[in-house]
Amino acid sequence: MSAVLTLDFTVNGKRRRVRVPPMKRLLDVLREDCGLTGTKEGCGEGECGACTVLMDGVPVNSCLVPAVQAAGVKIVTVEGLAKGPALSVLQRAFVERGGTQCGSCTPGILVTAHALLQRAKGRVPGDAEVRVALAGNLCRCTGYQMIVNAVRAAARETLASGPGRAARTARPVAREQGKSARAKSKPVKTKAKARTTATVRAQAKPARAKAGVARRRPGPGR
Amino acid sequence: MTRTPTRRARPKTTLRPQPAVGVSVPKRDGEEKVTGRALYVDDLKFPGMLHGRTVRSMVARGIIRRVEFDPAFDWNGVVIADHKDIPGLNCVAHLTEDQPLLAVREIEHADQAILLVAHADPERAQAALGAVRVEVESIDAVLSIEDSLAARVKIRGADNVLKEYNIARGDLAAGFADADVVVEGVYRCGHQEQLYLENNGMIAERTAEGGIVVRGSMQCPYFVHHALQRTFGLPPERIRVIQTVTGGGFGGKEDYPSLLAGHAALLAWKSGRPVKIVYDRLEDIAATTKRHPAVVRVRTGHRRDGTLVATDVDAVMDGGAYVTMSPVVLSRGALHAGGAYRCPNVRIRARAMATNTPPNGAFRGFGVPQTVYAMESHMDRVAAELGLDPLVLRRRNAVVVGDVTPTGQVLHESVSAVEVLDRTAERAGWAEKRRRYGRENAAAERAERAGRFAPGGRRLRRGIGLALGWHGAGFTGGGEVRLNSLAALDLSPEGRPRVLAANVEIGQGAITVFTQMVAERLGVSPDLVLVETPDTDRVPNSGPTVASRTTMVVGGLLEQCARAMRERLELFAERALDGDADFRRVARRFLAERGPLRVERRYQKPAHIVWNEETYQGDAYPCFSYGAVAVEVEADLDTGEVRVLRVTTAQDIGRAIHPLLCIGQIEGGTLQGLGWALLEEVRWKDGRIWNHQLTNYIIPTAVDAPPLDVLIVENPYSGGPFGAKGVGELPMDVPAGAVVAAVAHATGARMDEIPITPERLLRALDGREERR
Repeated sequence: MSAVLTLDFTVNGKRRRVRVPPMKRLLDVLREDCGLTGTKEGCGEGECGACTVLMDGVPVNSCLVPAVQAAGVKIVTVEGLAKGPALSVLQRAFVERGGTQCGSCTPGILVTAHALLQRAKGRVPGDAEVRVALAGNLCRCTGYQMIVNAVRAAARETLASGPGRAARTARPVAREQGKSARAKSKPVKTKAKARTTATVRAQAKPARAKAGVARRRPGPGR
Repeated sequence: MTRTPTRRARPKTTLRPQPAVGVSVPKRDGEEKVTGRALYVDDLKFPGMLHGRTVRSMVARGIIRRVEFDPAFDWNGVVIADHKDIPGLNCVAHLTEDQPLLAVREIEHADQAILLVAHADPERAQAALGAVRVEVESIDAVLSIEDSLAARVKIRGADNVLKEYNIARGDLAAGFADADVVVEGVYRCGHQEQLYLENNGMIAERTAEGGIVVRGSMQCPYFVHHALQRTFGLPPERIRVIQTVTGGGFGGKEDYPSLLAGHAALLAWKSGRPVKIVYDRLEDIAATTKRHPAVVRVRTGHRRDGTLVATDVDAVMDGGAYVTMSPVVLSRGALHAGGAYRCPNVRIRARAMATNTPPNGAFRGFGVPQTVYAMESHMDRVAAELGLDPLVLRRRNAVVVGDVTPTGQVLHESVSAVEVLDRTAERAGWAEKRRRYGRENAAAERAERAGRFAPGGRRLRRGIGLALGWHGAGFTGGGEVRLNSLAALDLSPEGRPRVLAANVEIGQGAITVFTQMVAERLGVSPDLVLVETPDTDRVPNSGPTVASRTTMVVGGLLEQCARAMRERLELFAERALDGDADFRRVARRFLAERGPLRVERRYQKPAHIVWNEETYQGDAYPCFSYGAVAVEVEADLDTGEVRVLRVTTAQDIGRAIHPLLCIGQIEGGTLQGLGWALLEEVRWKDGRIWNHQLTNYIIPTAVDAPPLDVLIVENPYSGGPFGAKGVGELPMDVPAGAVVAAVAHATGARMDEIPITPERLLRALDGREERR
């Protein structure tokens, strides 16, 4: 219990070193040791997605990731989505289109949506695709429709404003990688590294589709 | 969409600024929420802060025999508080004072708080919990409405009834004698967890002057303020309650925060250090309030053409172990139990029963979802028995201007029951879909009998169902008079108008709407208007953030304040004000020459509203909002799964001050209603909640949520600011009845209990097939 890990990792483009117990939840490391309280805890068991952060570009539930697994990785939290004082296209779409109400789920949803837009690269994801991507992020306020609308509107706007703008607004991770470790292009490798038991469960974010049954009987991976 | 003061020259005679009301301006708290800058209670830290934890009962009912502290545990630095440490009354003051803050001897429900521990290290605090052993002698508990009614075990008086209301109008016996058809049904619904994403949490401090400051997640700062006065025996000025950014409430942060604040404050009082208690999800679901389960018996008499001539409702709700909010929830449920229908002969009986379960409390709708679900399920049954289209049956009976409610209230204006029905039906393609789904289901059944199955072999059926609901805005009966709300508007030192109200932003958009209404009357942009943080040292008591009252009642007071402020400033300037820059110029000059400017307005009951609390007759609400919902579902006959394909709803809310926020309320409330109807079930074992986690208490995800087609109907109410009525709760009231009807249309199974889980639907389908 008293073992302490010296954890070196990158958070929102800044290199960080913290000394924490190796099994401390990444969520708590970010909130307590890094002072980044934007990431929220909703359930503590990987169901609600409020604590979603990007770990080498992959959305994970940070409540299920022990600190030791964050060694050497690049983390993006909600605080890393805006570029300076200006909101990102995605953040602005959420404000303008009713995508945020109480705001507790918002950080996790923005991070998940941000990753989706990066994956979609210059394509506007369909309604169903956005919903599946967000199925591991619970929201109790909105009914989800305005969230889906905001994500798609951001994709459309990014697309309309040209490739240069798109790269700037939708890919801060690439930007950070460029800054901190330009020589190493290692997204594929780090993705593989992130795939440990906890994070696979976290990132799997299964589409708990349809009513009742599927979610009532835990299947493999849950 | 923000407006900067226009510099265009305008003729002095037309000083109309661009409107602020009716425009979807950016949400005031949007930016801090999308950047992660918003600070919720768990994001705050204070020097020397301790973390509090709660020792709870494992049994539903019993007597505390012994409390042991493990001598092997290192108790250094652990603060312990129990009921003996409470300086004032050991109670959580709501309507009554029957709920103890900490158990003394009797345990009346599982997860009841017995004692509190705190430590600077949250892990040590957690460990201390495990080192306290409470020996409780278990006794026979009452765990259901049925057990409570049977009164074999008595836990409250002779009959376990916490509260009863009776409402009567006309001659019920004559009404039933006059009826061609009498239909009866019993409708059940279970607990529902609010499941705000941010759990309940509070931080308390003891001040150097011997007072208490509490910060936290809450809907009603002055409820907490009142409760702490009783618990600590302190005068009001020594207690300060401050709302932090609140991650959703839905009623779940109406009364419970009073209890939690008492716990945190007691530990702070004893230790002299700031104490934070933030529940994790498990504790929040296990210990905090839920929607009241209900069993509602409805018997109606009709003419052959469907006309309602008699309505007899007997609604029983499970109040839990203490009175808390149950009388008011029950009252509202009873007042809406007849549905938005005209009926000359009515009897409504409503009872809240005591059980040994955690007290049930406020949840969006506040008793109305239960009774409206029952009445709407019943109307669908009546339509089936009479061979009428459910839309036709509802249109024939829906209230119109001049109709009278069961309490004798004449509906004078802003009555839109028929309009919301028609617009919903038209938009949903009701008649066409009703026929088409019926035809397709019959064809599928014929094909399956002949051995021809759809691709994949799935036996799917689709259906569409309709429901109508109403919701009285503001407090019930004389409630608003008792609240005596006071709201104010003042000038900030830099000459900006500033809203002073105790009503809180919990995501719904309250503060944005306040800035719009004030801006409209002052002729400035909403951006210019400041909103003070709800802090009992700084804002007057404008009442709780509940009952769909914030926009209509408190917004109305602020609108009056703004008119008065404008008048004062224009008299001072001896001319009309013209936009943001001019307002600030005049305001700063006023502050320099005349000093501070603060305008207050107190709630005045409109003279025509008359309510008799004794007889339960009169004007229960100043007005009602109306909503209709059409739900389309697809049911799988083999798995029992029900998928919602689409929801169409028209809701009359008087006037949409901020259309986007209003639609947000309607969409969110509708999805909570669908969750309640299909997915959300609190499961119990020996009086404890068995599924107190998000893994097995299921709320809808983005994939479960259907497309929601929302139509706002604006039928203004003359007593509301700009014509606005309430919008917050109505959307939760209506969907469940429409889901039941849609499932009946799709499968022929008439479900009389929600949620319609696959297990329940399969049982109903089995029963139906056996009967064949």
